Amino acid sequence: MGKNVFVTKYSQLPVNLGKTVLIGEKNIALFKLSNGKVYAIENRCPHREGVLAEGMISGEYVFCPMHNWKIGIVDGVVQEPDEGCVRTFPVKIQNDDIFIVIEDLDSQSIKYPDKCVYNESFNE
Amino acid sequence: MPRQKLVIVGNGMAGIRCLEEILKIDPDRFDVTVFGNEPYPNYNRIQLSKVLQGDTVLEDITLNSWDWYEKNDIRLYPGETVIEIDQDNHLVKTDKNRITPYDKLILATGSNPFILPLPGVDKKGVITFRNIKDCLKIIEYSKRSKDAVVIGGGLLGLESARGLLDLGLNVKVVHISDYLMNRQLDKTASHLLQLQLEKQGMEFLLNKKTVEITGNEYADGLKFSDGDELKADLVIMAVGIRPNIKLAEENGIPTHRGIIVNDFMETKIPDIYAVGECVEHQGCCYGLVAPLYQQGKVLANHLCEEKTDGYTGSIDSAKLKVSGVDVFSAGQINEQENTKTIKSYDGWGMTYKKVLVENGKIKGAILFGDTRESTHLSRLINKEADVKEYLNTETEKNSETSVVCSMQDDEIICGCNGVEKGTIVQAIKEKGLTTVAQVKACTNASRSCGTCKSLVADLLKLTIGDEFDSTKKEEPICECTTMTRDEVVSAIRTMGLTNVREVMNVLDWENKEGCSKCRPAINYYLNMVNPSHYVDDQESRFVNERMHANIQMNGTYSVVPRMYGGVTNSDELRKIADIADKYQVPMIKLTGGQRIDLLGVDKEDLPKMWKDLNMRSGFAYAKSVRTVKTCVGEKFCRFGTQDSIDMGIQLEKKFEGLNTPHKVKMGVSACPRSCAESGIKDVGVIGVQGGWEIYVGGNGGTKLRTADLLCKVKESGEVLEYAGAFLQYYRENAKYLERTSAWIERVGIEHVRDVLSSKETRDQLNQRMDEALSTIEDPWASVLSNKETQKKLYQKVYVGGNEK
Ligand SMILES: Cc1cc2nc3c(=O)[nH]c(=O)nc-3n(C[C@H](O)[C@H](O)[C@H](O)COP(=O)(O)OP(=O)(O)OC[C@H]3O[C@@H](n4cnc5c(N)ncnc54)[C@H](O)[C@@H]3O)c2cc1C
Ligand code: FES
Repeated sequence: MGKNVFVTKYSQLPVNLGKTVLIGEKNIALFKLSNGKVYAIENRCPHREGVLAEGMISGEYVFCPMHNWKIGIVDGVVQEPDEGCVRTFPVKIQNDDIFIVIEDLDSQSIKYPDKCVYNESFNE
Repeated sequence: MPRQKLVIVGNGMAGIRCLEEILKIDPDRFDVTVFGNEPYPNYNRIQLSKVLQGDTVLEDITLNSWDWYEKNDIRLYPGETVIEIDQDNHLVKTDKNRITPYDKLILATGSNPFILPLPGVDKKGVITFRNIKDCLKIIEYSKRSKDAVVIGGGLLGLESARGLLDLGLNVKVVHISDYLMNRQLDKTASHLLQLQLEKQGMEFLLNKKTVEITGNEYADGLKFSDGDELKADLVIMAVGIRPNIKLAEENGIPTHRGIIVNDFMETKIPDIYAVGECVEHQGCCYGLVAPLYQQGKVLANHLCEEKTDGYTGSIDSAKLKVSGVDVFSAGQINEQENTKTIKSYDGWGMTYKKVLVENGKIKGAILFGDTRESTHLSRLINKEADVKEYLNTETEKNSETSVVCSMQDDEIICGCNGVEKGTIVQAIKEKGLTTVAQVKACTNASRSCGTCKSLVADLLKLTIGDEFDSTKKEEPICECTTMTRDEVVSAIRTMGLTNVREVMNVLDWENKEGCSKCRPAINYYLNMVNPSHYVDDQESRFVNERMHANIQMNGTYSVVPRMYGGVTNSDELRKIADIADKYQVPMIKLTGGQRIDLLGVDKEDLPKMWKDLNMRSGFAYAKSVRTVKTCVGEKFCRFGTQDSIDMGIQLEKKFEGLNTPHKVKMGVSACPRSCAESGIKDVGVIGVQGGWEIYVGGNGGTKLRTADLLCKVKESGEVLEYAGAFLQYYRENAKYLERTSAWIERVGIEHVRDVLSSKETRDQLNQRMDEALSTIEDPWASVLSNKETQKKLYQKVYVGGNEK
C-alpha cells in the first residue's frame, strides 16, 4: 500500500517546467505537461545522475540537462540509443491538490517499467 | 475618417477567406467583427475527413490561429450565434444579447447537413458529419460501437466510411441510387470505385431506401422500404447539405434554395452581402471551396471598391479524399444526344478516362485510377477549350515525370484556392521559397484539401532545380524536420512567424513538440530576426540559460558575477568573500576568462546570492558574449602600446548579454605579445603602434584554431564598429551552436572581409545590432524583480519538514 503525500497545488505548477520535490530522502521531479497531465519520476538520470527536473520537456519526454539523454516522463524509460530507466511514482489529483503516491519501500510493489530489468541507480 | 464597421456572420472557410482577401487589399479600411457559433477559430473543415481517417489531428487543421485575429485587430466572438438583423438601424443581435452595429454585413453561414425525416433519427448514435463537434462525437461513439452504417454513398459518405474503417468498425454504406457517387461519376467509374473500396473492407447496399431507424434510446438498426433490416449501433447520416438560410429568411432577406445574390454577392437588401455555401447565385448553390473562394475574392474587391467582372458561376469539380483511390470528376459527366466522348478503359489496371465533347468543345471529364491529367482537364473544361487543344497536348505528353512541366503559366495547380502555376513559380523565385510549407503560406496553394501537394513539390523541383537539391544536401536542423537552418530562418522572415510553437506548426514539424536540438535553435532565430518584439521562450532554453547559472555535475550551480575587463577592487572582493562564507560556497576559483567563480550553490540560494552580491550577471553560462579578457596595457606595462583595459571594458559594456549562436569570447592585448591570448578568441584585439588589429574566428577549445586578421584600424571607435558589424553578421548567418571558428571555416574569411569592407553594410549591421542590444536586461535583476519567476524556477517543494 502506498500513501498519498500532498505536494503542491495543480494551479501553481508551471507547464513544461519541472519542479524539484523532496520527500524525505527522495528526490522527485514533478512535471505538468502541455496536455495538462502531471507525472512524477525519480529526479536522477540513470546515466550520470543529472537532475531531470531541470531538463527540457518535449511532449512526454524530458531531455536530461547533463548529457541530453531522452527519458519518457510517463513510463520512465530511457529512449534509444541509450538504455535504462528511472522510477515513476503514481500521481493523484483531487480538486486542485496534487498528491504523489509513495510506496512502502520494503514492499515488493515498487513498479519499474517493463523494459527495465535491473536498475542500478535505484537501490536505496 | 473613422473606419467602416464590417460584421461577418459565420467564422468559416468562405467568410474568413473573404476577410483575408479584404485585408490583403486594404487592411485599414474596416473595423471588423466576426461572429461564429462554433467555439473555434476558423479551421479547415475539409480535413475533418482526414482527422477521422487518422491522417491528421484536430490541433493541426486550424487555418487562422487566435493570434491571427488578434494581430489583425479582428473582434471575434466564438460560440455566439447571430439571431436577428435590424436592417433599418443597421444592427445585429446575438443569442447572448450583444448588439453590434454594422455599415456592411456579410452573411457566411454555410450549410447544414440534411437529415432525412425518418422515424428514429433523433436516437443516440445517429450523427451527421459537418463540424468538429460531429467529428469528436463519431470518434467517441466508435469506441463503443461495432457496426457502423453510413447513409449516403456520395463524397462525404464515402470519406466518412473510410474514417470509420480506420477507427476499427465494420462499415456498410447504404445508398439510394444503384451506383456510388452518382452525382459525380458514371456507372463505369463508379463500378471501379466500388471494387476498390470493397477491397479496403467496405460493404455496400445499393438501391436501398431507408425508412426507419430502430432502437430504444440508442439506435440499433435500420429498416428499408423493401422490408430488409440491418444491424447498426452507429449511423452516419451523409445524404447532402442544405444552405443555412435561417437567419436571412427570418429577417426578410430574400432566399430561395440559398440566399439570393447577384454577381457581386449583394443580397437584395442594401449593405448586406452573402458568400459561401449559404448562397444561391443564378440558381446554383455550391458545396466545394473553390467556387466559394472565388466568390470571396469578388466580394472583397467589391467592398474595397476595386473593379472586377464579378462572379460568373463555377463548374463543379471533385476529388475523393480516400487514400488508395484516385477519382476525379468535373463539369458535365453524362452523355447526351449531341455529346461525343473520348474514352479509355483498362479493367486490369483499373484505370478509366472519359472526356465529354459537345460541338467540338471540352465539357466534362471523369478520371479513375490515374488523375494526373486532372488539373489540365479542369482548365480546358473551365474555358470550354476546343477538343483539338486537348488532343494536341495529349500526344505531346510523352514522359510522365512531371505534369507540371508541360503546364501553361495560367493553369491551376491548386483547384481549391485557384492558384495558378505562374503565381507559384513567381513566389518561389521572388521570395526564395524552398519547401511546400512555404509555398502554402505565401500563395495559399495546398492550403485546403491538400491533394495538390505533390504538384507543388514537383513545381519546386522544376523551378529551383539544382538549388532545390543542393539546399537539401545541407543537414536539416534536427530529426523533427527536413528543413535546414536557412529554410527555417527565411520562413520566419517571410511569414512573420512569432513563436516556437508556431514555427513548428506552420512548417509541418514531424515531431510536433520539437526536441532539445531544434527548440533552442528556433528560439534563437526568432529573437535574432525580431529582437524588439520577441518574447523569450523559457521552455526552449537549456537549463543554464533558463536558470542564469551553470549547472554542475551534482545538480548545484555556479555563480560568476560581471567584472568588466577582469578588473575588480578590494570592496568587491571583500563582499564576494563574505557572501561565499554566508552561503558556505564549497569552492572559489578564478576562471579562464579572468573572473571569480563561486561553485556548488544550491538552486534555491541563487536569487538570494545575487541579491546580496548586487552585481550584474557575468553570463558565464550563456550562448552569448561572455568575457573580454584584457592584459594590463599601457597604464602599467612597459611594452604596452595601447590602453587595452579601457578598450576591453568598452567592448564588454557594449556587447554584454548579447544573444549569439554560440558563446563568444573576446580578448584585448596591448601589444603583439598578446597576453590576453587575442589570437585564439572569437574576437581578439591587439594594440599596435598607432592603432589596433582585429582578429576573428579563433578558438582555444576542442578545435584549436588561430584567429584570422579581419582588419587594422586606427581608432578605438572603429574597433567597436568592426566588432559590432562582425558579431551581427555572425548572428544573422551562423547556425545555432556554430562557434565563429567553425562558421569562418565554412564561409571563408575572405567573404567576411568582403562583406564588412563596405561602410554602408557595416552601418546597417550595427543598426540592427543596436536594436538587439537595446532589448537586453540584466537577467539576475529581472529574476529578482519577479517573485513569480523565482517561485517557478528556483523553489523546490519540501515534504516532511526538511525545509531549509
Ligand atoms: C467532412 C467534409 C469534407 C469536405 N471535403 C471537401 C473537399 O475535399 N473539397 C472541397 O472543396 N470541399 C470540401 N468540403 C466542403 C467545404 O468544407 C465547405 O464547402 C466549406 O467549408 C464551406 O464554407 P462556408 O464558409 O460557406 O461554410 P462553413 O465553413 O460551414 O462556415 C459557416 C460557419 O458559420 C457558422 N454560423 C452559421 N450560422 C451562424 C449564425 N447565425 N451566427 C454565427 N455563426 C453562424 C457555422 O457554425 C459555421 O462555423 C468538405 C466538407 C466536409 C464537412
Ligand atoms: S487542390 Fe485542394 S488544397 Fe490545393
